[in-house]
Amino acid sequence: MVKNEMKLQIPSKSLNESFVRIAVASFFAQLDPTVDEISDIKTAVSEAVTNSIVHGYENTIGTIYIHAKILDDKTIYIRIKDKGCGIENVDKAKEPMYTTCKTGERSGLGFTVMQSFMDKLKVISKIGKGTTVTLIKTLNKRF
Amino acid sequence: MQNQNIDIETKLEDDSTLVAFLKGEIDHHTAAKIRSLLDIKIESIHPKLLVLDFTQITFMDSSGIGLVMGRYKLMKYFGGNLKIINPSPQIKKVMSLAGFDRLAVIEKTNKPKRSDYIGKK
Repeated sequence: MVKNEMKLQIPSKSLNESFVRIAVASFFAQLDPTVDEISDIKTAVSEAVTNSIVHGYENTIGTIYIHAKILDDKTIYIRIKDKGCGIENVDKAKEPMYTTCKTGERSGLGFTVMQSFMDKLKVISKIGKGTTVTLIKTLNKRF
Repeated sequence: MQNQNIDIETKLEDDSTLVAFLKGEIDHHTAAKIRSLLDIKIESIHPKLLVLDFTQITFMDSSGIGLVMGRYKLMKYFGGNLKIINPSPQIKKVMSLAGFDRLAVIEKTNKPKRSDYIGKK
């Protein structure tokens, strides 16, 4: 029973990082989230999209698929999917400060941020097929 | 057009303090511009202190951690230090995940420092 949803497809250009996090946060504005909750959503989405751009598609341009859903009046669901190179070891990739990037000054904190700022994080990845990140958060209702 | 979400202005104080006033959003896309501009300044001036003024930064994800960490290392390499001024609660939350509160000095000032320098050279 999905109350509302939106789908977005964008090429993996870094310029789009800002657009996606704003678009997703704007979609969830109908639930009247707090300023902190909006920040948490924007940050987690930015991390997932950046991962697809930097790691999934590396130096190529592919499509990133974003699916945002309102599950009930306070639970949000965001799925960010790429058809890039995939992650060899998801558990290792989730470790704080772990990064495979040697040159780009990546902090290795992407999954740590997603885990801390959302309630649930699920990562499914297959080498050569791509990565799907699912983020779920229950918002605090203020009335 | 390529970097419309970030604006950076620098000012040298007392010949040894480089203050960078950042405005906009720091993500993987905008971090590249800040990085290249700051590194040119740091490598040519060798300041004793780099002050990153976050008063007008409205968003930062973990790309900002990589950016600040990289400048911290560069400043240490030249025997200098780094200070962060006025990060928002959201930015502080991201920074605390990286243990930044233990690494660099994070300060809050009430004075909007950037306005002191606008229009002055």
